Amino acid sequence: MSDERVNSETGGAQPDREAQGEAGAGWARAGEHRTEGHPDPLAAPYREREKSVTLERVAHGAAAETAALEPETELFTLNLGPHHPATHGVLRLLCTLEGEVVREVKPIIGYVHTGIEKSMETQQYWKAITFVERMDYLAYFANAMSYCNTVETLLEEEVPKRAQYLRVIHLELNRIASHLFWLGTSALDIGAITMLWWGLRERDHVLDLFEMSTGQRMHTRYFQVGGVIDDIPPGWEQKCREFLALFPARIDQYEALLDKNEIWLQRMKNVGVVSKERLAELGVTGPLLRAAGDPWDLRKADPYSSYEDFDFKIPVGTIGDCYDRYRVRMAEMRESCKIVEQALDGLPEGPFITTNRKVALPPRHELATSMEALIHHFKLVTEGFRVPAGEAYKAVESPRGELGCYILADGSAKPARVHVRDPSFVNLQALAEMSEGGLLADMIANVAMLDPILGGIDR
Amino acid sequence: MPDAAGLELIAQRVRAAVADEAVLGTHYAHEQAMLEVAPARVREVLTYLRDEDEEPYEFLASLHGVDYLPEQPRLGVHYQLLSRARVERLGVKTRVTVEDPVVPSVVDLFPTANHQEREVYDMFGVLFDGHPDPRRILMPEDYEGHPQRRDFPIGGEPVLFTHNEHKLPRWYE
Repeated sequence: MSDERVNSETGGAQPDREAQGEAGAGWARAGEHRTEGHPDPLAAPYREREKSVTLERVAHGAAAETAALEPETELFTLNLGPHHPATHGVLRLLCTLEGEVVREVKPIIGYVHTGIEKSMETQQYWKAITFVERMDYLAYFANAMSYCNTVETLLEEEVPKRAQYLRVIHLELNRIASHLFWLGTSALDIGAITMLWWGLRERDHVLDLFEMSTGQRMHTRYFQVGGVIDDIPPGWEQKCREFLALFPARIDQYEALLDKNEIWLQRMKNVGVVSKERLAELGVTGPLLRAAGDPWDLRKADPYSSYEDFDFKIPVGTIGDCYDRYRVRMAEMRESCKIVEQALDGLPEGPFITTNRKVALPPRHELATSMEALIHHFKLVTEGFRVPAGEAYKAVESPRGELGCYILADGSAKPARVHVRDPSFVNLQALAEMSEGGLLADMIANVAMLDPILGGIDR
Repeated sequence: MPDAAGLELIAQRVRAAVADEAVLGTHYAHEQAMLEVAPARVREVLTYLRDEDEEPYEFLASLHGVDYLPEQPRLGVHYQLLSRARVERLGVKTRVTVEDPVVPSVVDLFPTANHQEREVYDMFGVLFDGHPDPRRILMPEDYEGHPQRRDFPIGGEPVLFTHNEHKLPRWYE
């Protein structure tokens, strides 16, 4: 079925391009089609279809057109979003409905496109961390990790073991916080409002930990090129262990609330099934792919930042419906707890950031006594460090899938190009296949379980 | 990851299977392998690497555009291939000029490329020949210019509202 879909799309677009002559012209004129020429409503470009409900058309042409159709077969175009509480941001979905059955979904994005990648080209490498964290705003540590990892690759800079462990601790706590926010908002979409309060309560607990260790609750800028900005403060480990002791019991509570809830189960089970082969073709990664039974996790497959030191499992689902996606993420939170615990147990002594003064700031106390430290500090703050010319692509496993970062360095202190392969952006392509042929209400469940972060999609 | 020698072997196999002029060069740096191919041959090379090569790469992890200004040809399109069975990554890049920025679309080989090719078109103006839905994706549909190009200015741009957007076409010139 999936192959037919692709073929029919290609087949539909091909004659148009040929009819318009030269290769480039078809692009500029894509929006200029007219509905009149297309007897099939789906063949019209979506911008035309969304005009279908103007008063003028109702009064003249469109009324006659729709009257000819049987009410059962009439296609109804519904615009969902961009401002809609169930779209998890400013996602706009143009749906074509037949009754209550979704026949076509077109995601329309770009409403929070802020040109972060362009802005980063004007920033020094160490200042660009601030920007990259604001892309996927629920997984800021994963963004920073992906970016710093790539810059470190270009610099061939070693990260001290302690810094790697501290990164893992924060990455996994971030995964928990991100999944909790997903759980709260998704359950809210289905109608379980308690889950929002409960989920955000524990997420706040994690953010309190971030506030204590990094100074900020969100967008912490804790990860630096070469390590982390500061060691964890005294007493933080104790607080973190308190959370880790408490949290598995809290997951039990969430599951007690949801797992036997008839409405939740009916809304989740056998909804939005896409096979793992098709998901892989669509480039989907992360919990969505694992829920379909494909145990692909970069933390295991291609470990970065010392993930090979930790003992954890990759939860996988069986058929890849919304229920599997829910179960996988719940199990991932438990695994993240284990990783943080092991990282705290095995936290090595040593520096928390590289001692290479060409990359990392010298400690504050050295500035009072060492002229050299002062010079390094001045150079780093005013000019930044230079990265030798080259290009690299590195990926990490964010809470939503493969978060890749590509950097082109031209030898100056600013990147010539940064591109972030955001998992939400790629995963969104699977929404149509999950939702088409299902009910409109199931599409809301699919969006919720897709867990898209529009800041990451639009960048 | 294929090492420098492995990359040369891949290049050799591609040359033998597709065409001699398909591979323009190999780049190996930071333990990352990158194959540079001719724009017209991208589809054939990727088809070969996906299906026929003895070490296939079946997953397209990322597709992104680059502007190499001041180098020529300026625009680049990168395909980050991934073999999930062997956990190996291989970059394939192709470079086109601003005057003739046409690259064959690979959406039917890798459906994941759909949104990503649209993004490269949107940001760099690279035309993907045969793309099923060639529209802008992030910028407004009536936007002029391709903002990620290096010669596209940043800052000082007027804010476009509905009341002034018709007065400010091509404001960046």
